[in-house]
Amino acid sequence: MEKLDNQVTTVNYDKLDELVRKFQKIFNIFVPIFAFLVSLIVVGIIIKIQGGSIIVAYSSLFKSAFGNLNSIGNSLSRAVPLIMAGLGIAIAARANIINLGAEGQIIVGGIFATYVGINLQGLPPVLHITLCLLAGFIGGALCAFLPGHFNAKHNTNIIITAMLLNDITIGILGALVQGPMKEVGGFAPQSAQIAMSARLPMFIPGSRVHVGIIIALVLAVIAHFVLFKTPIGLETRILGGNPLVAKHSGMQVIGMQIMLVLIAGGLAGMGGAMEIMGSQFRLREAFLMNYGYEALAVALLGQKSPYGVIIAGILFGALKAGRGGMVNAANLPVSFSMVLSGVLILCISISPILMKIPRYLAVRNISANR
Amino acid sequence: MEDYIYMDDIVKRFPGVTACNHISIGFAKGEIHALLGENGAGKSTLMNMLYGLLKKDEGSIFIEGKKKEINSPQEAIALGIGMVHQHFMLIPKFTVIENIVLGTKLKREPLLDFRAARERINGILEMTGLDINIDEKVQNLCIGDQQKVEIIKALYKGAEVLIMDEPTAVLTPVEVDELFIVLRNWVTEGNTVIFITHKMREVVEICDRISILRDATYFGTYPVENLDEKEVARLMVGRDVSLHIESTPQPRGKDILVVDKLTVKNDIGLESVKDISFTVAAGEIVGIAGVDGNGQLELIEAIMGLNNKKAGRITLNGESIEKLSPRKILDKGISNIPFERQKEGLALEFPISDNFILKEEWNKPYRKGLFLDFKLIWKKAEEVMKAYNIKARTPATQVGNMSGGNQQKVVIAREVERDHKLLIACHPTHGLDIGAIEFIHHKIMEERNNQKGVLLVSTELEELLSLSDRILVMYKGEIMGEVEAKLENLSSIGSMMLGGCHGKA
Amino acid sequence: MEQFLSIFTEDFFYATIRMASPIILAALGEVILERAGIFNLGIEGVMLFGAFFAVLGSFLTGNAWMGVVFALLIGVVLGLVYALAVVTIRSNQAVTGTGINILAIGLTSLLSRMIWGVQAVPLTVKGIGPLKIPFLGDIPVIGAVVFNHSPLVYLAYIMIGVVYFILYRTSWGLKIRSIGEQPKAADTMGINVIGWKYGMCVISSMFSAVAGAILSLSFMNLFVDNMSGGRGYMAVASVILGQWNPMGAALGGLIFGAGNAIQMRLQAFGVPIPSSLLLVLPMVIALIVVLAVRGSASARPSALAKPYYKE
Repeated sequence: MEKLDNQVTTVNYDKLDELVRKFQKIFNIFVPIFAFLVSLIVVGIIIKIQGGSIIVAYSSLFKSAFGNLNSIGNSLSRAVPLIMAGLGIAIAARANIINLGAEGQIIVGGIFATYVGINLQGLPPVLHITLCLLAGFIGGALCAFLPGHFNAKHNTNIIITAMLLNDITIGILGALVQGPMKEVGGFAPQSAQIAMSARLPMFIPGSRVHVGIIIALVLAVIAHFVLFKTPIGLETRILGGNPLVAKHSGMQVIGMQIMLVLIAGGLAGMGGAMEIMGSQFRLREAFLMNYGYEALAVALLGQKSPYGVIIAGILFGALKAGRGGMVNAANLPVSFSMVLSGVLILCISISPILMKIPRYLAVRNISANR
Repeated sequence: MEDYIYMDDIVKRFPGVTACNHISIGFAKGEIHALLGENGAGKSTLMNMLYGLLKKDEGSIFIEGKKKEINSPQEAIALGIGMVHQHFMLIPKFTVIENIVLGTKLKREPLLDFRAARERINGILEMTGLDINIDEKVQNLCIGDQQKVEIIKALYKGAEVLIMDEPTAVLTPVEVDELFIVLRNWVTEGNTVIFITHKMREVVEICDRISILRDATYFGTYPVENLDEKEVARLMVGRDVSLHIESTPQPRGKDILVVDKLTVKNDIGLESVKDISFTVAAGEIVGIAGVDGNGQLELIEAIMGLNNKKAGRITLNGESIEKLSPRKILDKGISNIPFERQKEGLALEFPISDNFILKEEWNKPYRKGLFLDFKLIWKKAEEVMKAYNIKARTPATQVGNMSGGNQQKVVIAREVERDHKLLIACHPTHGLDIGAIEFIHHKIMEERNNQKGVLLVSTELEELLSLSDRILVMYKGEIMGEVEAKLENLSSIGSMMLGGCHGKA
Repeated sequence: MEQFLSIFTEDFFYATIRMASPIILAALGEVILERAGIFNLGIEGVMLFGAFFAVLGSFLTGNAWMGVVFALLIGVVLGLVYALAVVTIRSNQAVTGTGINILAIGLTSLLSRMIWGVQAVPLTVKGIGPLKIPFLGDIPVIGAVVFNHSPLVYLAYIMIGVVYFILYRTSWGLKIRSIGEQPKAADTMGINVIGWKYGMCVISSMFSAVAGAILSLSFMNLFVDNMSGGRGYMAVASVILGQWNPMGAALGGLIFGAGNAIQMRLQAFGVPIPSSLLLVLPMVIALIVVLAVRGSASARPSALAKPYYKE
């Protein structure tokens, strides 16, 4: 009798672990898809209320995002800043740091790159492009420094400081394109064009996709290897999993936190730089509006994994590129894409409960098999 | 004795575990009733159900023969049941009186008018002989006084049955005596105390009856008068227990760790370690005794380089380490089993293999060039799992999905397998079952026999006495004295834990 | 210098009191919520929703006060959504708040176009204009500055006292504060932690929604895209500045309101600073304040932004 009781009370930890991990793998893929579908359904409902046809709307979205080489190029070029900023957010999020400052970091990166792109003349393209990208990185990192540093050192609220800084950079951008950086003799609030030597070459001739997409993909691959195969990557993830363990294991927690925020900001800034150097060639007032927030959606949808960010980034890029077609087809205001991002972020933010389900399922499964 | 409360056929299941398996148990008026069992035997779970914090899956609770449903602490309180938790349920920033009246109906509800409450509390203080300033903030009280607040809190709500979850774990021997007097007085008025513990001595000293839980099942209730400590222990574990460990005398080697006039300030600038000096030599275990919160944590953090607000010298093997970074100190050869394995020792969502190489992730052989050598890590982890009898299928098992004993073994394996000269072990067996405790005690002894220095911080005097060569007693950041680890010295250790100076020649 | 001093006219103080009121109201809501251990960045979005629904209510019923009722209702809905996400599901509070903010910008802009179409001049509705208080309003200078505001503005200032009283002088406040400090302890004292957290989410959300209604009904009588313009973030900053005390938070709101008023005066003067920079002046103040005010760790609710697990 006693022996039997023992069997009941002993947890089968092996089985539990095996099932939890199996279900977790499935959920890692299932959760983003679920969130994306819900968002599409919500937008679908809005289309229906508006009196449009969901099928027409979504098929025109698809066509204008992937219909021909030109539209694919367009989608990919929209994806570049999203992937870059999303990558930064994902890396920082691995260490449990939420970088909501990507919006401002993208802008500052763009400003720095534009400045270098305009004011340095006569450099060989390779050098000029490198300098511009570097300037973008530094600009983004600089913008991330304030919230990141004060958060790591003095435990100020990184979220609110980053959000405030986002709005402030928008103001600075506006002032710059109306004042100091305004094109000489121009009327519109925009800067002059950057030098030809600072422009990113087109990747597919005849489309708008520039080599920025290649840089973004390469960086994502590097990020994957660093995160999952190197000591520093392990430390980053452990820091996110349990900061006290990180401290007790000899990591410089504060230094790491600052460094990660700087990297996140730098990548976002580089994304802004690439947008200037590959697509817009000059600074405008509403430069990459809301890309920072959508990059948050990209990072979350990509499950904080670099490869996931690539997929999610391209998806969002396509959405951005294709929404024009959809707006015409379904008579929708452009702001629907913000609705989509918002619903998506909300859906993913509630995914922790979905990730609890694996444990629940595993436990149920064990009980059933007993 | 007639049962005042009767818990009938109680079952509670947690995911994957049955914490209480058809337990029936009765408690009478006017008695102190000990609930005894090993960790994980279901004592706390059972009492949490009686107090309405957990919902039972099966069974019923009778009070004076009437069936009662207790679904929340509020309902328990209404039935005259109070509970003092092991971790106090107090709000440090609130005053004593605010803590006491929280959640009760005030006279001029919802206005915060304490006049009536104050009178009642003063009455309770008089009745029980407890003495406390009720306008003081709880964060300024010592642990013993905080426990008094917990008791007053329960009595204020009209408790006639008081559940106390390991109340003596945080107290010094003298405070324990005081507590026992208060409880004794209180039960003679027809009240009931249910006393959760695993300390045999206290059971024999104060309790009227004991009930034993073993492996989540009820094992029987016995009057204490016919039992001695040994018999109680046998009932609890189900076999003869000998926590005694054979220790072969070791030649005292050269000094490994020398701490010289160390003073450490905590976060708010108070000196939590005051002018401490001691040494740990190769081949000896130095125990540090003391009630939790007397500077042990800050002392260890200072040695590990985690606190920079310190003055004094710390040398390891003759090398000064007090100015080094935590990583450098680790690399110099200090291993540390931290106070709380789940908080400071392990990343629960990560596999055994990742947890195993922590602290060594930059070092050979685990790092090969820029990358981690996962093949080697895996192989090494498998070896260690075998050697330490860690029960998991593969090194990929997430440590969060393992039992507490196996988790602690992962920590110990990591710390012992590292290249080290000194092992610091803080509460190494806290909350583990007897099998795991035995294993860990032997490992620590083995370290000593391998000519490592061992610094053992513990609140369990029995553990300290059976393992250590010498014992230092800490009180309010100071070392009150040093004694040889002999049972005869128990009482002097006890009084030093309270601040008395002894043994310091 | 003289010109700078000439900013501080009656108009300036009037504008400060006015501009501060929505920030104060939202900050008071956030104080209550953070005292119960929950951080809500989404009040920016809730404000925007409140502004929109207030205009919608006034538009549909022709009664501005029905607009306030609409705002309150959307506040309740959003509060429940937020509570569901962060209390029950225990999602990350910053991410969920950001989701609400983005959704608010998109959805209010979308709905306003769907309902009113794209118009050159935004549609105006019945608003809630200034109400001069008898007698008090006739006091020279002070009367004009203090006692000639919209009733909703008065409401914001009245709530400072109300919130203070509830937090520190009632058992409700004791319960709320205990939940933000040690939810587990509160639970063992028989306090319904989850219920109170839900309640505080809803109430604070109603505060922010009405703050939005001040923007749309008392300031402009119309809805413009993203009209909350970061005031929600300033409210959150006020709470930090005020060290989680309603009085302090109100003071923070006043500082940001003054920043807003200075900014408006400077623009009116035509100072040679680009308008887009002047517009973010209050944000700069807020940023400096948040970075500079470290405060004592003791003021911050101990369990702030930590999800509560009831075993």
